[in-house]
Amino acid sequence: MHILRNQKIRGIIFQLLTILGLLAFLWYIGSNTVANIEQRGIQTGFDFLNGTAGFSIDETPISFSETNTHARVFLVGLLNTLIISVIGIVFATILGLIIGILRLSKNWLVRKLAAAYIDIFRNIPVLLQIFFWYNVVLKSLPGPRESINLFDTIFINNRGFIIPQPHVNTTFIMVTCSFFVVFIIVFFINKWANKRQEETGQDFSVLIAGLILLFVVPSLTYFISGANFDFDYPALKGFNFQGGKSISPEFLALTFALVIYTATFIAEAVRSGIEAVNKGQKEAASALSLSEYQSLKLVILPQAIRIAIPPTINQYLNLIKNSSLATAIGYPELVTVFAGTSLNQVGQAIEIIAITMLVYLTISLVVSAILNWFNHKMRIKDR
Amino acid sequence: MAIFEQKKTRTAPSNTQGIIPWIRENLFSSPLNSIMTFLGIVFLYWIIPPFVQWAYIDANFSGTTREACTSGGACWVFVKMKMDMFMYGFYPQNEIWRLKTALGLFIVLLVAFKFIRNYKISFLLLNIYFLVAFILVNGGFFGLEHIPTDKWGGLMLTVVVAAVGIICSFPIGIIVAFGRASDLPIIRSICITYVEFIRGVPLITILFMSSIILPLFFPEGMTFDKLLRALIGITLFQAAYVAEIIRGGLQSISKGQYEAADAVGLSYWQKMLLVILPQALKVAIPNLVGAFISLFQDTTLVLIIGLFDLLAMVRITAADSTWLGMETEGYVFVTFIFWAFCFTMSRYSQKLERQFDTNLR
Repeated sequence: MHILRNQKIRGIIFQLLTILGLLAFLWYIGSNTVANIEQRGIQTGFDFLNGTAGFSIDETPISFSETNTHARVFLVGLLNTLIISVIGIVFATILGLIIGILRLSKNWLVRKLAAAYIDIFRNIPVLLQIFFWYNVVLKSLPGPRESINLFDTIFINNRGFIIPQPHVNTTFIMVTCSFFVVFIIVFFINKWANKRQEETGQDFSVLIAGLILLFVVPSLTYFISGANFDFDYPALKGFNFQGGKSISPEFLALTFALVIYTATFIAEAVRSGIEAVNKGQKEAASALSLSEYQSLKLVILPQAIRIAIPPTINQYLNLIKNSSLATAIGYPELVTVFAGTSLNQVGQAIEIIAITMLVYLTISLVVSAILNWFNHKMRIKDR
Repeated sequence: MAIFEQKKTRTAPSNTQGIIPWIRENLFSSPLNSIMTFLGIVFLYWIIPPFVQWAYIDANFSGTTREACTSGGACWVFVKMKMDMFMYGFYPQNEIWRLKTALGLFIVLLVAFKFIRNYKISFLLLNIYFLVAFILVNGGFFGLEHIPTDKWGGLMLTVVVAAVGIICSFPIGIIVAFGRASDLPIIRSICITYVEFIRGVPLITILFMSSIILPLFFPEGMTFDKLLRALIGITLFQAAYVAEIIRGGLQSISKGQYEAADAVGLSYWQKMLLVILPQALKVAIPNLVGAFISLFQDTTLVLIIGLFDLLAMVRITAADSTWLGMETEGYVFVTFIFWAFCFTMSRYSQKLERQFDTNLR
């Protein structure tokens, strides 16, 4: 047989040629880039990270001033990206769950309203939604002096929302910790309840127990630790507010748009997860005389979750990536301050965009790793 | 010994015919349901009448200037006067007939496709159409004035970006999907790296890369149009998503199909293009429409790198000193256009999904 007719050898030759072609292409653009950079006098390397930024940032979770370095700009941007992502994910999940469940409601009107919500908001580009909240809704709010006043604690005006800010004291720290303690306790109660259910068939309502704990433990902690909540209330002084924590319109517009947009996809995932459970499963559950609640908890949801979670996690990833659209309205997250302002100052586009992409890639890889772990854990165990 | 106790017989089901039982069943079946119905009605009452009042009853439709808007509702006069901007951007007034002709030809083409059953002829016609449309829109041939791309804008630019994105990403996506499914380890890893890289980063960073870094990759003097750079970025981005969808389709094809194609002695490309791909595409089409919807929405991002798409036009038209403060009308109008496009496509993809679903059974 002729050597070129051999499948294996043809495969090797083809791959070698591809590699050669790729290398030649990389060499071509590499050498061009080097020549271009030299000619334009652009600096190279990562020294710029230690250079002074020379600009200020409006919203910083950590202290930042003009004299700080670009490395700190990066850190501020990254933290803001993470903040908006976490808040967005939490609220999008809550809203998505609610809408997804309402979508399957027995009530015709509620079902149709949920469907309308999904059909309207998933078909409008998220950037347009961001602009709409920012340029139309939030800008049309009254000025600081005519703020919408909610019980003298929360003020809403066209410069954002101003909410009371708690002083971090013993009570505050203790109560915050007690919430985490409750979550840990509920986790173990859940484990115990599942075990008991499997052994004896007796049901234990973790949800109700959890809600009671969630109410009782923090309030007990509150009284034990001195009942000393100290808030810094906002107050109108002159033309603007003093005290309190102000939430910028940029942040609000971005959060509203991302939450409302992403929730439509999560709602669809929830709905399709529940609908995907075979009708026979429901019928079998009711044939075993499980109550509606038992059949939902023990038969439907465990199967629905397996189907609904992977697309939901993908939506979390999309939300994180979409948070980069903040650059259009100037919320100071990674793309705005680092790939925007810093890049304009330093001009080292290749390094800065590479770092930015690397950050998102890392986040994506971590999230996919979680997803794979979940799929592995939840896969149907054939016996 | 357990004693048999007869349970109480259930009452006969209530009448399920007619409007009132329907209302009882679907809106007031339980106290909770009644409350939800009530809340739903309150919500609708809170949203719809004010919007209708603003957008229709109090709105102004006639007139040509800002002064015509007196009744306090929406000023649709603004949208009417700026319609050409929203549709065609800064495209010269006298040349707009070229865009309209291109659109008209496209409708003719769609009608023609209803009757032409030979897909080779359809494909040829489609390619001819693209050439003609390019000549019409861009100009520079047959005495048509060349219109530089910085004059392109509005809905027309949005459609151009979306169309070029989907058409160019398609072949690349297919090749990458083949590469990912191939037995050759190096080809496979290159394709996996490409897809996972692109899918792991936001589109905006890719657009930044194609608009800022791409010019550095090529020798001095070789310049790329701003629009072309955006198109390259969008195409590379979309290709990764298309590849992933087609890979899903490829995976759904049973191994027997590959073996059968090998058994009749088809070459690799014959096997993939004549046997595997047609079946894989059929499975993938609903998802491809979905990807096209997201691409259509993602085209709005080009405004961040300085192109004037439909969304960017709102800000530009409302910055006109005679029409200051008309942003709300602009956004509502543009929202409606985007929504109408995406909603139609998503309904279409649902229809396709149902069609293919029944075919498979």
